[in-house]
Amino acid sequence: MGKILMKGNEAIGAAAIKAGCKYFFGYPITPQNELPEYMSRELPKVDGVFLQAESEVAAINMVYGAAGSGARVMTSSSSPGIALKQEGISYIAGAELPCVIVNIVRGGPGLGGIQPAQSDYYQATRGGGNGDYRHVVYAPSTLQETVDLVMEAFDVADQYRIPVMVIGDGMIGQMMEPVEFKEPKQRDIKPKDWATDGTKGERDPNIINSLFIDPQELEDHVFKLEKKHEIIKQNETRYEAYNVEDADVVAVAYGTTSRVVKNAIAKCEEEGIKVGLIRPITLWPFPDEAFEKISDKTKGILTVEMSTGQMIDDVKIAINGRVPVHFHGRTGGMVPNPNDIVEEIKKIAGGENNG
Amino acid sequence: MAKVFERTNGLTTKPFHYCPGCTHGIIHRIVGEVLEELGVLGKAIGVAPVGCSVFAYDYFNCDMHEAAHGRAPAVATGIKRVHPDSVVFTYQGDGDLASIGTAEIVHAAHRGEKITTIFVNNAIYGMTGGQMAPTTLIGQKATTAPYGRDEDHAGKPLKVAEMLSTIDGAKFVERVSVHNPANIRKAKKAIKKAFEVQLSGEGFGIVEVLSTCPTNWGKTPTESLKWLEENMIPYYPLGNFRTPEEVE
Ligand SMILES: Cc1ncc(C[n+]2csc(CCOP(=O)(O)OP(=O)(O)O)c2C)c(N)n1
Ligand code: SF4
Repeated sequence: MGKILMKGNEAIGAAAIKAGCKYFFGYPITPQNELPEYMSRELPKVDGVFLQAESEVAAINMVYGAAGSGARVMTSSSSPGIALKQEGISYIAGAELPCVIVNIVRGGPGLGGIQPAQSDYYQATRGGGNGDYRHVVYAPSTLQETVDLVMEAFDVADQYRIPVMVIGDGMIGQMMEPVEFKEPKQRDIKPKDWATDGTKGERDPNIINSLFIDPQELEDHVFKLEKKHEIIKQNETRYEAYNVEDADVVAVAYGTTSRVVKNAIAKCEEEGIKVGLIRPITLWPFPDEAFEKISDKTKGILTVEMSTGQMIDDVKIAINGRVPVHFHGRTGGMVPNPNDIVEEIKKIAGGENNG
Repeated sequence: MAKVFERTNGLTTKPFHYCPGCTHGIIHRIVGEVLEELGVLGKAIGVAPVGCSVFAYDYFNCDMHEAAHGRAPAVATGIKRVHPDSVVFTYQGDGDLASIGTAEIVHAAHRGEKITTIFVNNAIYGMTGGQMAPTTLIGQKATTAPYGRDEDHAGKPLKVAEMLSTIDGAKFVERVSVHNPANIRKAKKAIKKAFEVQLSGEGFGIVEVLSTCPTNWGKTPTESLKWLEENMIPYYPLGNFRTPEEVE
């Protein structure tokens, strides 16, 4: 199959259906509406079910029920809607169920705006829901990468029995690019013999649950989840990195912002400044290992985000004080300008901004 | 010697954790018997709530899914949409269904979701220690209504069966009580019908069951049964609010 030109939100829907997603539960919110609209059109054609829930709270709990019954299921929303879904995400993670959640991020806090933003980084990576849980977070920067990751997200969710979130900003949702649907790599996916699909009188009842009243049992469960998180860190951490080893300055950015940063880097290189790039593709697990390659002689790291600075915390943890970390951010739906980023890089390269 | 009574296969052998005299146990037993008698245990998937019946997943002898507080009807929707041929039920308390989960139950009914809801109304929050529920009676004391529920302050108790019977998608709505054997028999009949409505694909069915909470009402089990009869039934009249003709 060749490449086809698609709008981001629709490409996500198409990728999900290609990955075998049969169920979608959602509630409208801008700027992701084309995705549920696409699913409402296309899922019935593959014997799937689209259902518009009465709220995000209900939608994620429908996902919880469907995932528990063994289905490939997805929901999508944008920032304030994902905030409401956090309750259910915590339960889904606690009960170790696979599902895919798409967040087409808009500016916040509160009702915020409808323009692209990256201000849900904490919400996605720290968990807005309660308890010690993690879930995989993919942050694609092109539509091709978006469809690749959405397709893979279903397999990763099934392999580890964990919710997977795909984060795009409003730009990813709204822009058009050519995409090609490719088979993801083969994974070791076990049959869902834990699902509540009826005993048929042939086995003992299955129970989907996240309640452990005995503290020792709960601790055991949480440590078991943590062990799984460690395996995911080892196997599923993803990033793009180049020229990190001998850079004057290393820029760090993800999603749409990384595209702007790449433009800025090209301009800097024309002027003879060596700028490396680390682009996390998984926000959780965060690619700590990419930072090990940064030399102690590097003048500084510039983290660029469409927020007032959230990923910068992970960057600082990863570099562990070896190199100074600087920040450039726009927020509220404003997209960083490459010239401003060039200015920041020059300041750092010139030693102006150190310390 | 003829056996006149035995354990239903609709329940597991796990001992209940309910307080002595609590009628949650009777309601469990009825649901278990009905599932067994209808021969649907193999395709039943139950959704347990948050509340005293949170461990219902350990008691029903079928696949069970635990839900967040109030969200059981949404979880049940997800299950039923994936397995339309299964028999899906929620078992929910009055705090769960009539307070935090009002939106979920109203909309499951509104969509005509083909599930069955067993709604246990004991006019109080049992599990968390006797706080006021939306169903607490006027003048009834609760730990968060120490002077008794005051209508001006907290409104009148919510009549869930009446409210849901205004929704077209709710095809079977009945209120029953389990305060004496005659009413227990009626309760079983209603619960069976509610499941039959699901089996025939009619739509949503709910049975509101008036239940006791001796512990948090501060009464003995027998006093509680009497209190239910004398105080709850006058405000929450028993009877059928909706039945599709086919199962009448
Ligand atoms: C989101 C959330 N809020 C509050 C609670 C605490 N909580 C547990 S049970 C309960 C009340 C249950 O009352 P009801 O549904 O009437 O059931 P009963 O215990 O009376 O059978 C509450 C408020 C919770 N677990 N989750
Ligand atoms: S607290 Fe009340 S509702 Fe809960 S088990 Fe005890 S008597 Fe029953």
